[in-house]
Amino acid sequence: MNPAVTVRDLTVAYREEPVLWDIDLDVPEGTLTAIIGPNGAGKSTLVKAMLGLVHSSSGMVRIYGRPYDQVRQRVAYVPQRGEVDWDFPTDALDVVLMGLYGQIGWLKRAGKKHRKKAMECLDQVGMADFAHRQISQLSGGQQQRVFLARALAQDADLYVMDEPFAGVDAVTETAIVKILHELRSQGRTALVVHHDLDTAPEYFDRVVLLNVRLIADGVMSETFTTEKIRAAYGSRVAAIAQ
Amino acid sequence: MSSGAIVALTAVLIAASCALCGVFLVLRRMAMMADAVTHAVLPGLVGAYVLANGPNLLAGLVGAAAAGLLTVWLVEVLTRSRGLKEDSAIGLVFPAMFAIGVVVVSKWYSGEHIDTDSILFGQLEFSWLDHFMFQGRDLGPTSFWMGGGLLLLNTIFLAVFYKELKITTFDPQEAECLGIKPRPMHYALMAVVAMTAVGAFSAVGAVLSVALIVIPAAAALLLTSRLPLAILGSVGIAAIGSLGGHASALKFDVSIAGMITVILGLVFLLAALISPRKGLVAQFFRRRTQSRRFAAEMLVVHLLTHEGTAEEPIESAYVHLLDELEWSPKYAALATREARGRGAILMVGDNFRLTASGREWARDLAEQKRFMPA
Repeated sequence: MNPAVTVRDLTVAYREEPVLWDIDLDVPEGTLTAIIGPNGAGKSTLVKAMLGLVHSSSGMVRIYGRPYDQVRQRVAYVPQRGEVDWDFPTDALDVVLMGLYGQIGWLKRAGKKHRKKAMECLDQVGMADFAHRQISQLSGGQQQRVFLARALAQDADLYVMDEPFAGVDAVTETAIVKILHELRSQGRTALVVHHDLDTAPEYFDRVVLLNVRLIADGVMSETFTTEKIRAAYGSRVAAIAQ
Repeated sequence: MSSGAIVALTAVLIAASCALCGVFLVLRRMAMMADAVTHAVLPGLVGAYVLANGPNLLAGLVGAAAAGLLTVWLVEVLTRSRGLKEDSAIGLVFPAMFAIGVVVVSKWYSGEHIDTDSILFGQLEFSWLDHFMFQGRDLGPTSFWMGGGLLLLNTIFLAVFYKELKITTFDPQEAECLGIKPRPMHYALMAVVAMTAVGAFSAVGAVLSVALIVIPAAAALLLTSRLPLAILGSVGIAAIGSLGGHASALKFDVSIAGMITVILGLVFLLAALISPRKGLVAQFFRRRTQSRRFAAEMLVVHLLTHEGTAEEPIESAYVHLLDELEWSPKYAALATREARGRGAILMVGDNFRLTASGREWARDLAEQKRFMPA
């Protein structure tokens, strides 16, 4: 069986300054994997490079054994909440519908079927009551759940999420964890950039420790050790994590 | 049709075209780029004039689109390779483009169809003069053909690419992941803007063109948080600005282009005042409500703190609010009026008492604040 994601020799640089050095990585299907590392470790860059959102200097990425371009429909991406302008004149339902734009096709409008699907996804993240709320009127956690609903609407096999837990309330955190577990039970895969060392072992099966280079990667119990965290973060932070 | 009506209708057609593409430009925070493109189309127009050996609408549009796209591309190249900030790159590129056009026109074509005066201030006043002739037949004023054509172009562009424009504006990364490429969309939009700029340019000149593109859209976006309404509103505001500007320019015997811009500016000012979410009036009332509620909150929490203690008679007296809380009589009156209005306190003699609901409110507040994360 092909892994969900295969990365070989991936290097990304901004103006000759390496952000990621020679990363090799396999993400097995049906797992929840956290990408963890200090600020500037290249966590977001890693997922963006996989999806072709940033240019990589070298390396190969395969998703379900094929180039990303051929398997777009099987992948859903949840960007960082801060990367879009929430003042944009639209409501929560419409944002979820955008996730279906790839399927709706050219010159066509979102139909009843699409709206129903979008509403179901909003409901799944507990946001059905806010479907017609202007998106700037939502709290940070609610905005995050709308993004999650948009990804769910795509019915993907691989979910790539960039810091979904950053700055969200407890309700949202619980909702995201619940969704992650549902995805895993359906045999789907999630690759999640995560910043919180405390919750990582509880929420995820596997961890990728990153600091420009790949420090470690594997199942949580073997990989998420003081020694390896120290290697990724430096000694001080690892002590705090204990 | 009278010359006045032709001028007014031309203004409406062109302003409406600008207002359509303006919405997405404003949402993409590209007002500066719009200014750049409206100036930079000049060398494209001049080039087309030279190549076509005279004024030719189609050649002009193609030339303008080419010059507009060249500007967008040059800005991109400078921003990437030289590490300039985008606004600096825009400031470098468009004056250079504009200058080339001005130099050529002033040297070889002054006094002809395009001269420097009409470049700067447009020639809306004379739009009724030029008629479109085809095989000896008069097909009406050229400005109608141009304005109508641009309006049609913008309408079709927005209708066909509505979804694509929307998602590449709101979330280009998601668009990319869905296989909707933001870059071609960006260049397509800029090509349409450049062609639309030809209309704006010929009507109100290089200086005021950006006003037609940016102001109606910006005003409409203040008034609604629904994109389709914002687009319709932008067109509506453009029409109001053109008709109002034309009428008042005739009345006061001043420049039509100038007056259209003034009216649009006034409409924007009005929108900034009355916008339901971001308007100054709405903000004023929201702040006032908040500050009144907070005053009442301070009062009920204060009363709760001292309720049932030995100091209660002193702490709950009206004069105490002035002496120890150091409230002005005005602020004390505001707080007590608000708290009473909410049924949270009663006046017993000279003292305030919490009502049952006031006590509950104060407890909730005290609790919330204690457990509120920093």
